[in-house]
Amino acid sequence: MFHLILFLFFGVICVAGAVNLLVQSHPINSALSLIAVMASLAAEYLLLGAEFVAAVQVIVYAGAIMVLFVITIMLLNAGKEERSKGSRVAILIGVPGVVIGGVLVAWTLLHRSNAEAVPIGALKGDPSDIARLLFHDFLLPFEVTSVLILIAIMGAVVLASRPEAVARGPRKDG
Amino acid sequence: MSITTFVIISIIKSFVVVAVLLTAVAYSVWLERKVSARIQNRWGPTRVGPFGLLQPLADGAKFIFKEDLTQPHVYKPLYIAAPIISLVFAITAISVIPFGNWVNIGPWGTYLQITDLNIGLLVVLGITSMGVYGVALAGWSSNNKYSLLGGLRASAQMISYEVSLGLSLVGVLIMAGSLSLREIVDAQGGTFWGFIPRWNIFHGQTVAFFIYLISAYAETNRTPFDLPEAESELVAGYHTEYSAMKFAMFFMAEYANMVTVACLATLLFLGGWHGPIFGPPILQDLMPVFWFCLKVFFFMFLYVWVRWTLPRFRYDQLMAFGWKVLLPLAVANIVVTALIVAWRA
Repeated sequence: MFHLILFLFFGVICVAGAVNLLVQSHPINSALSLIAVMASLAAEYLLLGAEFVAAVQVIVYAGAIMVLFVITIMLLNAGKEERSKGSRVAILIGVPGVVIGGVLVAWTLLHRSNAEAVPIGALKGDPSDIARLLFHDFLLPFEVTSVLILIAIMGAVVLASRPEAVARGPRKDG
Repeated sequence: MSITTFVIISIIKSFVVVAVLLTAVAYSVWLERKVSARIQNRWGPTRVGPFGLLQPLADGAKFIFKEDLTQPHVYKPLYIAAPIISLVFAITAISVIPFGNWVNIGPWGTYLQITDLNIGLLVVLGITSMGVYGVALAGWSSNNKYSLLGGLRASAQMISYEVSLGLSLVGVLIMAGSLSLREIVDAQGGTFWGFIPRWNIFHGQTVAFFIYLISAYAETNRTPFDLPEAESELVAGYHTEYSAMKFAMFFMAEYANMVTVACLATLLFLGGWHGPIFGPPILQDLMPVFWFCLKVFFFMFLYVWVRWTLPRFRYDQLMAFGWKVLLPLAVANIVVTALIVAWRA
């Protein structure tokens, strides 16, 4: 019972943070709302019993990636967003479309898939279980994904560096 | 144990641990002032109490009664939230640190630890990684170029050294085969040839220990890595615009982080509460806690000693050292440890 109340509480924070992220006009407030979303998601994982995923969610998303977001916003000194009036088409078609799509996805997941709802605290989240899955059962996909990320990082470095620096080769004065 | 006893014991433990931590924070400041004075051939605080021992209380009273200035140009919500974020995360990190073995008090027994988690180490890393926001937001919301530069330096430095800090711990995890801090300490019991303790620092993780130590100094923004608050360049860095209790909260957060880092170093590399145990039963219960505190004190003293001995790095040296020296060393340490453990298995 206590777990259920906590689960609902963090669920509400998560959704409220996501809405606040869209509503806020200053980028740093939006970034902070996103951190709240990430942190409450981690709390939800923890309540479901997936402790390792919860810890990684906090360290990687809330701790590392969002810090980079915040630093970028601070460095660019991004000001307030300018609001447009919004288009009527988006309100007339977009909002009902999103609602219908969400209902369809939820209905399909609940009734047409074989997945069952996980009771609170029943998820297998032990670090050794996850390690066995990652480094034994799904080793090849895991390693291929890491190479993919490496390629993306190298691409970002090439795109971000100035062309004359690439042509000249590595700097000698280091 | 019924749920009521569990809740009562947990609340008592939380209060005791936080009280001890805050006292330790206050007296680390006293230690810092005394040792720095000795190093510079001065006396340090002597007026308030014997050996200046009541100086932290006087400082605390002064911080409370100082005028709390809020500049008109700051971004107020975050300016107020930043010191709170810093202090909250600094204090929360202590919750999974074990201080000793199982003890029995009357009919009840408990571990000397607020809570034991099977991902304890990751919890500490997660909480400390959230602490960056306090510093970064303080720098940004002050709306001052020195604060902003200090905040940027602090967050860049903390992200960079968090990588090598995390990787230096992997060797220890491979040796212990667990993420629970209690199990990591239990794995370090016993001795080699009867007299060298089987602590991780003597058990193949010496390089990892020094990588951890250096990264920890950078993580807590202490000299020689105190660029975020370099007085000669940035006035006071990210807390330039803070005064009174808000400034004191940053100060307390810094020292609480130092205590946490010293506790982690003790648990992971110096065998936690392991040490020679002798004497009557009541002493045998307390000896582990004494050894633990002694080792933590050693690290706190080392912090002060290093701060008043070494000069500050230049910023490019700091980044180059983190990414080009510590990171490759940490990765090499993981590979060698993993190979040896696999070969022995």
